[in-house]
Amino acid sequence: MKGWIAFWAILRKDVRTYYLKPPNISWGLIFPLAWTGMFFIRTGGGVEDILSLLPGVAAISILFGTTSMLAITVTFEKKGRSFERLLLAPIPLELLMLAKTAGAILFGVANACVPVIMAAFLADLSTVAWGGFAAAVFLVSVASTFLGLFIAVAVSEVFEAQTFSNFFRFPMIFLCGLFFPVENLPMLLQPLAWLLPLTYGADALHGAVHGGNRLPVALDLLILCAYCAGLFALSLFNIRRRWIA
Amino acid sequence: MPDAIVVEHLAKRFDTVEAVAGITFSVRRGELFGFLGPNGAGKSTTINLLTGLARPDAGSIRLGGIDCTRRPRAAQHLIGVVPDESNLYPELSGSENLAFCGALYGMAKREREARARELLDTFGLGDAAARKFGGYSKGMKRKLTIAAGIIHRPEILFLDEPTTGIDVASARQVRQLIADLNRAGTTLFLTTHYIEEAERLCQRIAFIVSGRIVGIDSVEHLLQPLQGRHAVQIAGSLDGVPEGLAEAFPGLAFACPEPGMLRVEAGEPVRVGAVVRFLEERGIEVAEARRLRPSLEEVFVRVTGLAAEAMRKQHEQAGGGQ
Repeated sequence: MKGWIAFWAILRKDVRTYYLKPPNISWGLIFPLAWTGMFFIRTGGGVEDILSLLPGVAAISILFGTTSMLAITVTFEKKGRSFERLLLAPIPLELLMLAKTAGAILFGVANACVPVIMAAFLADLSTVAWGGFAAAVFLVSVASTFLGLFIAVAVSEVFEAQTFSNFFRFPMIFLCGLFFPVENLPMLLQPLAWLLPLTYGADALHGAVHGGNRLPVALDLLILCAYCAGLFALSLFNIRRRWIA
Repeated sequence: MPDAIVVEHLAKRFDTVEAVAGITFSVRRGELFGFLGPNGAGKSTTINLLTGLARPDAGSIRLGGIDCTRRPRAAQHLIGVVPDESNLYPELSGSENLAFCGALYGMAKREREARARELLDTFGLGDAAARKFGGYSKGMKRKLTIAAGIIHRPEILFLDEPTTGIDVASARQVRQLIADLNRAGTTLFLTTHYIEEAERLCQRIAFIVSGRIVGIDSVEHLLQPLQGRHAVQIAGSLDGVPEGLAEAFPGLAFACPEPGMLRVEAGEPVRVGAVVRFLEERGIEVAEARRLRPSLEEVFVRVTGLAAEAMRKQHEQAGGGQ
């Protein structure tokens, strides 16, 4: 119970201090808008293409939103030594890091809602399997957040976290089947695509929105869960090795 | 009742550097214990090991009878930490910062808010309770950081350089708060490079140099060997003990702990005028000559072989100075 008091306090503090800041809110709105607009212009598509674009735009909004925020909520606090205050608290490290990442997960889910709300005004979303979509959005958000955590723990400066994030983010956008099917990639890159967690998230999102998924959605979600657990465990291992050495 | 802190053969190495080399000491319940040493001596590493921010390579730590290596979280309930830098959240107000720190220790909302109000009043920060921490002066920040360290009423409080970087008036207030906390029964583990501060506040002191404890005792016992010794410190354009000085004054012992400073010691009162004349006749400009009362600074110099003033300057150059 006492651990959960700390959990809520950390989550509330982070949401208030970082996530509800006007620049972050506007960024969360503008980013999905910009991506949607860019793809419309590039493809010359119309409202009939919204359903095929929605999974990609939602996933990218989550990916960029979550990984960017972790650099601040973790790397920045570590640099400023306020993270030490959290490490001194008598709560398990697992719970502490869940509290630090819960805000980013919620931020990612909120970011994904922006393109969905926009799409609702322009297209018929009655065919979307909302259960699968919500589960995929949530797990993509968790996986992206833990990827951001892994990056944030691996570096010591905020700018390093941002640069290192791009090393993962940009290849992932083009390899994970969000906008181009994995089968259309060069043969050499296809195995790499299936190593990326977002590939399974994208497949589940496509499946939930307009069908055409390569794997059963349940399997996609299961693999995403495994990635989440792996990335979280790896991050905790790194924290113990680097920060409580 | 077990001692508040029991450390045995504690060791920590960073690559090739032996930061803490098998130290052993204990701190009694309700004691104000000083931990003194120059920069890089191993003070911060020791505090990090004691508070769970670092893991020892060898040795054991017991806080309030709890084995920290086996049950670190249980031990963390007992301790409060005031780091050398104020690391609260600039975006939160004073009262929000304290309430947040209370929540980290599982305090319920009503309890932590009441405790925050109580501490803000005790520390004279009541009027600034709603102001953001980022806008506080250095002295106010330090006081709030101490308040945050005791929000959960810890049995043991670790204070790392609590008066560094704040003005004289604030430092005096902080010292008074430390003394009050100790009177109220809190065990305090204090690191400082202000030796006079340690002498005034602490009941027992340990000197650490190069990761090793080179002296540990009560302030009274540490000062005892100096009773009956007479010392004079001369400041001037010196870069060592001048040639012929020891031969001219055979009853006196001379040392140059750092450039510009000459220390003279004897078993009887030193005739300072004769020494100053000797120096001036050899073209050495003397800026100051003062008799030194037996002090912890003297003990520190004897035990560590370092000049206290040099340690202070070294610390200030490293960014911790006032």
